[in-house]
Amino acid sequence: MSAALARLRRHPAIWRRRLPPASVLPTGFPALDEMLPGAGWPMGALTEILVPRAGAGELRLVMPALADLSTRGRWLVWVGPPYVPYAPALEARGIALSRILWVRSDNTAQQLWSAEQALRSGACGAVLTWPTRVHQRRLRRLQLAAESGGAWALLFRRETSPGDGSPASLRLRVTPAAPVANSLSVEVLKCRGRPGARAEIILDE
Amino acid sequence: MGTDLFSGAKGTASPLRPKIDLSPLKQPVPFNLPFKTVTPRLWLALYLPRFPLEVLGPERATALPVAVISGTGAGSVVVAAGVHAESAGVHVHMLASAACTLAPDLDLTPRDEAAEAAALESLAAWAGQFTSFVSLVPPHGLLLEIGGSLALFGGLDTLLARVRHAIAALGYSARFGVAPTPLGAWLLARAALEEPVTAMHRLPACLAAVPLDCLDLPARIVESLRSVGIERFGDCCRLPRDGVARRTDPRLLAYLDRALGKRADPRLPYTPPPTFQRRLSLPGEVRDTGTLLIAAQRLLLELAGYLQARAGGVQALEWHLAHRRRPATRLVIELVTPSRDAGHLLMLLRERLARVVLAEAVVYLGIRVRDILPLAPSNQDLYGEEGVTGGDWRALVERLRARLGKTAVQGLAVSAEHRPEKAWRCCAPGESPAGAPPSVHTPGRPLWLLDPPEVLRTVAGEPFLEGRLHLVRGPERIESGWWDGHDIARDYFEALHASGTRYWIYRELRKQRAWYLHGVFA
Repeated sequence: MSAALARLRRHPAIWRRRLPPASVLPTGFPALDEMLPGAGWPMGALTEILVPRAGAGELRLVMPALADLSTRGRWLVWVGPPYVPYAPALEARGIALSRILWVRSDNTAQQLWSAEQALRSGACGAVLTWPTRVHQRRLRRLQLAAESGGAWALLFRRETSPGDGSPASLRLRVTPAAPVANSLSVEVLKCRGRPGARAEIILDE
Repeated sequence: MGTDLFSGAKGTASPLRPKIDLSPLKQPVPFNLPFKTVTPRLWLALYLPRFPLEVLGPERATALPVAVISGTGAGSVVVAAGVHAESAGVHVHMLASAACTLAPDLDLTPRDEAAEAAALESLAAWAGQFTSFVSLVPPHGLLLEIGGSLALFGGLDTLLARVRHAIAALGYSARFGVAPTPLGAWLLARAALEEPVTAMHRLPACLAAVPLDCLDLPARIVESLRSVGIERFGDCCRLPRDGVARRTDPRLLAYLDRALGKRADPRLPYTPPPTFQRRLSLPGEVRDTGTLLIAAQRLLLELAGYLQARAGGVQALEWHLAHRRRPATRLVIELVTPSRDAGHLLMLLRERLARVVLAEAVVYLGIRVRDILPLAPSNQDLYGEEGVTGGDWRALVERLRARLGKTAVQGLAVSAEHRPEKAWRCCAPGESPAGAPPSVHTPGRPLWLLDPPEVLRTVAGEPFLEGRLHLVRGPERIESGWWDGHDIARDYFEALHASGTRYWIYRELRKQRAWYLHGVFA
């Protein structure tokens, strides 16, 4: 956006109508949309993605939706990712880098606090977290914060994490299916509607 | 109305300035138009009866019986008493020894006149949010010209309610007086006659009840008046003027005339300093954050008023936590965007204090602001959806930074570089590289980068990471950076692990030709 237009949009006398938040965000993968209630990622709720090990393809799975949010001006907050989110790759996947907030903290309590603040702020499209150990009570707080801020809370955890009583409204397990073909097996562990569904999707290179 | 205006004009120092209305006239122009459009002068006097006590911190006014004394030894006199002390019978002007007899557990504090003067100036700067004309009435009063502010604030009652609410939030108890003359307003406030007097013709009747004690006249004049049975302002006015001038003091007549608006009573406007700096002493030595925050809140509310008066905000402010023996703890709070929201600034201090270990108890709390930046009025959404979709990301960044530190909360950007570790950088959140060259678009980059790269084991000359790695794509040769001493020469490969995870690895083309893990495709 040009500087003149940006200045104009900041003008106090100009009012801009904002669209109501979408409650569902298309995933970008038709096969996955079909499995999910409302045909997309649930906004204003907690999504838990279980992986056998970090880097199984879970990021590429959420990239189309994140790109969509960021180009609409909503913030993507990365709280305590295990490695550096690599800007050139993010940009290549259509993410608006100016909407990224990278929060570095090794402390789980600080990570959860930051995620909660970000979810509640109302400015964020998605908040991504990788907590190592987390109590159900803290997860419930995240779920509530996501509801109040209308944001998509994304929690990446190891497959071994106990799932009983998780307050997440969507719980997925992601495993690389046929590695050479870049395909990913996505299993719905919990959702409103039809848990147990499974789909194979092909990730972009 | 016309006569009020006329006498009101005589009672004030500055000449009347007719306000020119450029709106089209729908009614026939009345004959006396220039006089009708002039805003009549109206003064609000704030008298702070407990000021010497309240400047010592919001805490002390509410604790046990407390009093502030002036003077030393047997001659020391009470100048302000707390609520509990007053209910025990302690009052102003009482000897300290008598006060201690009435309330045996009375906590006596010596008066701090320097702190009072500083607090009064700060309060005047704060009051600038309600009017452009504030005048000091030392030691504990302010005069605000509010005639011009009534339209902006939606009438006298609304304005008074706002001032009353705001001053209570600062921790001061104030008595109000409203009159067309500054001295009249001041006398009404002193005498606790809080009913506003807006019409000049009602002023003599309303001032008549003001007791002689409330008049700031030399003791000699008061004594001589009292000796002839004069108790109130009204009694003085009934005395024959020439007789009064001859027998008492011409200053008495001048005083009465100023109060009634018959004589000019110019007041000096208070001009706030260009920077905001303020210090507040704390009740005793404070370690607990809650007490610090109570004191900080008063300073921030004063700052907010000061900023409101200048239509400005702050982007950086400095807190000084003074200790008795060690050098002061200095906390700098930086904001992404200028603000004057006392609640937000207080929250940032709270988060910041949570990260700080105080080496010693705090005795003084200071605040300093150097740069005042213009602050545009906020743009409210018609449907009030701000909380759902707009949100204030700047406030979020400030909040996270206050707790985690500035460097822990960053934005990301790309750099036009071939060396993978230099192709990205941290930047200020929200920074969009306007006019930046498009990045070197290179496909096949991983979403995660290891910083720094991790050395890989080799088994039989093949890279190994919890199992064998199959090279599925590559090599991509990157040789760059000879000009800055950080030159690299590497062959990059995409490698597949048996678990299905894809890694980005490289082999050094020089020296040991070692393998490194540099990224995960995730």
